Amino acid sequence: MRKRSQRLWLIGAAAGLVTGAVALAVVGLQGAVAFFQSPSDIAAKGASSYHQSIRVGGLIEVGSQKHGDGGKLLTFSITDGKHTVPVVYEGIPPDMVKEGKGVVAEGKFDASGTLVATRVLAKHDENYMPKEAYDAMKRAAESEGSAADSAYVKEPST
Amino acid sequence: MIAELGHLLAFLALATATGQAVLGLTTGGEAPRRLAVATGIFAVMAMVCLIISFVRLDFSVALAVDHAHSQMPLIYRIAAAWGNHEGSMLLWCMVMSGYGAAAAFFMKDGRLRDRALGVQGLLTLGSFAYLLFVSSPFTRLIDPPFDGGGLNPLLQDPAVAFHPPFLYTGYVGMSFVFSIAAAGLINGEIDREWARRVRPWALFAWSALTIGISLGAIWAYYELGWGGYWFWDPVENASFMPWLVGAAVIHSLIVTEKRGGMASWTVFLCVLAFVLAMLGTFLVRSGVMTSVHAFAVDPTRGIVLLVGLGIAGGAALSLFAWRAPSIKAGPEFDPVSREGALVLNNLFLSVAAALVLVGTVTPMILQWLGEVGVISRESASLSIGEPYFQLTLAPMVAVLLCFMPLAQAAPWRKADLGPIMKWLTPAAVVAVLAGIVAMAFGGWGIWLGFGVLVGTWVIFGVGLDFVRRLGPGGAGRVFRLPLTVWGMAIAHLGMGFFVIGATVETATRTERTFPLSQGESADFEGWSFEFIGVTSVEGPNYTALRADIKVTHGNTTEIIQPEQRSYPVARTSTTEVAIRKTLTGDVYVALGDQVREQPGAWRIRIARHPLIDWIFGGAALIALGGFLSLAARVRRRAPTTTPATEAAPVAGSVDPASVTA
Repeated sequence: MRKRSQRLWLIGAAAGLVTGAVALAVVGLQGAVAFFQSPSDIAAKGASSYHQSIRVGGLIEVGSQKHGDGGKLLTFSITDGKHTVPVVYEGIPPDMVKEGKGVVAEGKFDASGTLVATRVLAKHDENYMPKEAYDAMKRAAESEGSAADSAYVKEPST
Repeated sequence: MIAELGHLLAFLALATATGQAVLGLTTGGEAPRRLAVATGIFAVMAMVCLIISFVRLDFSVALAVDHAHSQMPLIYRIAAAWGNHEGSMLLWCMVMSGYGAAAAFFMKDGRLRDRALGVQGLLTLGSFAYLLFVSSPFTRLIDPPFDGGGLNPLLQDPAVAFHPPFLYTGYVGMSFVFSIAAAGLINGEIDREWARRVRPWALFAWSALTIGISLGAIWAYYELGWGGYWFWDPVENASFMPWLVGAAVIHSLIVTEKRGGMASWTVFLCVLAFVLAMLGTFLVRSGVMTSVHAFAVDPTRGIVLLVGLGIAGGAALSLFAWRAPSIKAGPEFDPVSREGALVLNNLFLSVAAALVLVGTVTPMILQWLGEVGVISRESASLSIGEPYFQLTLAPMVAVLLCFMPLAQAAPWRKADLGPIMKWLTPAAVVAVLAGIVAMAFGGWGIWLGFGVLVGTWVIFGVGLDFVRRLGPGGAGRVFRLPLTVWGMAIAHLGMGFFVIGATVETATRTERTFPLSQGESADFEGWSFEFIGVTSVEGPNYTALRADIKVTHGNTTEIIQPEQRSYPVARTSTTEVAIRKTLTGDVYVALGDQVREQPGAWRIRIARHPLIDWIFGGAALIALGGFLSLAARVRRRAPTTTPATEAAPVAGSVDPASVTA
């Protein structure tokens, strides 16, 4: 009898905890997940249709990087070779955020369709671009099937 | 020549590991023990050969070409040997065979050591096979270039140079915990004696893992230039999961050792810790994700690793399923008892590990489902970041820590909570007050108040428990207390400091970016920063722009010098922040780039990281506590180290072959 009650409360405690954890995980996954979108996806759906935080990947368009508001804000455009998304970020981005390099920005769109980034990620390697950025560019190039665009996208090397 | 010698040594290690595996699992005795020592020596010598190739800048070795450079300082040439995929796999093999060699010296003769060396031999054999046939570090170039590419400049840093050795000592150490678990299962001897013999290895590996993870976090904090120390990056999670399960293992081993309880659960955790460590390696090395840590993107390696993970994990779990029914259950205990508390600890730690696992692999699984076309690409590509992990883990840790002081005070079998609560009341009162004070100063954040409350409760509760253990002898008995008590108290205190540091830092850190021209100053949180100017500086293998910034706070003034370093060989630049330590936290200054619209002005980012040292200090205390518990074990065993004559408790079951071998 004692053995059984010991097993019972063990199972009870485990079940209670696991239920709590599953509930937490479900809530966490609903609220805290950022879907990845390419600039072409965003162009197709319209920036205003995104209410959640998203990630956008591609290359920083050459000539698009500017500092606004007395140098506090960094603005740039992410391109996948077909479409571009304007991004604004406050603060000093990681070292490898440079024009012509791969980048992933995470944030929400403001009313004007600019992505207000809370995080900017770049790969810490000269030649490598984030996988998501590479995929986005490859898809954009493939969907148009133009040779020039395919040539623009190089394999990420390590 | 050196590279060929290294290659040959690695092959020799492969051969001796094979012998170690076969003989360890069959005859046992002296032969596998000697082979394990040989494997360890060969592996260390192979690593030394690789390091020599790097130090001597042998650019006929392909790996050195990619990762070394003539202008790199000596320490980074050495670190570069393991700061890449192939070299780090050799380090992995070396650590793994090192554990085998250490066991050959430190474990008592008997079936458990034989089988453990056998299983470790199998794992070592697999690792060396992977190294030699899929990612050899000793590949030569026919046409050597004059100079190499250099180590990634971000990794040219003292903390991160020693991050891999510590991390692997912890991570790969789980392999030996696994091997002893598998050995116990094979022998059908999962009992108190088994637990007593696993625990030092688990403590050592886990403490080393704690240091390895902390070094990585400290490096991220000052080197990446944005002041964060933990990003919930999949690779960080990959090391955090074995850490959580390892913490569960060292606690459940206490129950198994002292009471003979929870034996099958403990074995399961030992298997799980290593499977998670392997899973981590797969995640890092297969290129399935985007991360600063992912050096190698090679599908072949990923598949080989996945197969290895499947074989090792599958075999161990099958072995467990086969043997588990024969493991004896321990004596009964009341839910309110030390056993009950440790069960709770294990439930929380393993559920926390599961939550981290879900958050880490969900995006990868969805991405894969999207690629094979099961779900649309749109819903397949997502990332799970900090908010998820904070929301799910914070409550787990909070509840776990609320129980910690009670658990320390609870006796075995059955505890009476009444008196325990009574003498812990002062700690509870102080904790509530501290929580309220923290909220009052920190803007009434619920998490902040709760985190400080829990951390203070732990610190004072552990302190009261320590005083109680001193007993009537009082302070005079401080150094007579067992080292295990010291270890537990220090590690648990570390947890308290860590939690306070992490919640206060997260809730109250502030940062701002100022565009400053020469002579201008900025005021931030009572500190004044005057931008004196930027000068060029030559480093050994970089050129730097160094800003001089005069910092004034109260009556003290000093010059700090954040830098922007540019490494011509790697064509990469890094940010070297300047950190001014204060008692209440760090003032963190990074030099950004020039403001294009405003010639002569630079962007300077200034941040305050309150109590950041409590985070790293807490982690250091946790590791120290682990090592102290280990030292207790070694010291207690010391008087009886005449292994040949000592009657091992398993001696009755030693098969004759192992005695004569």
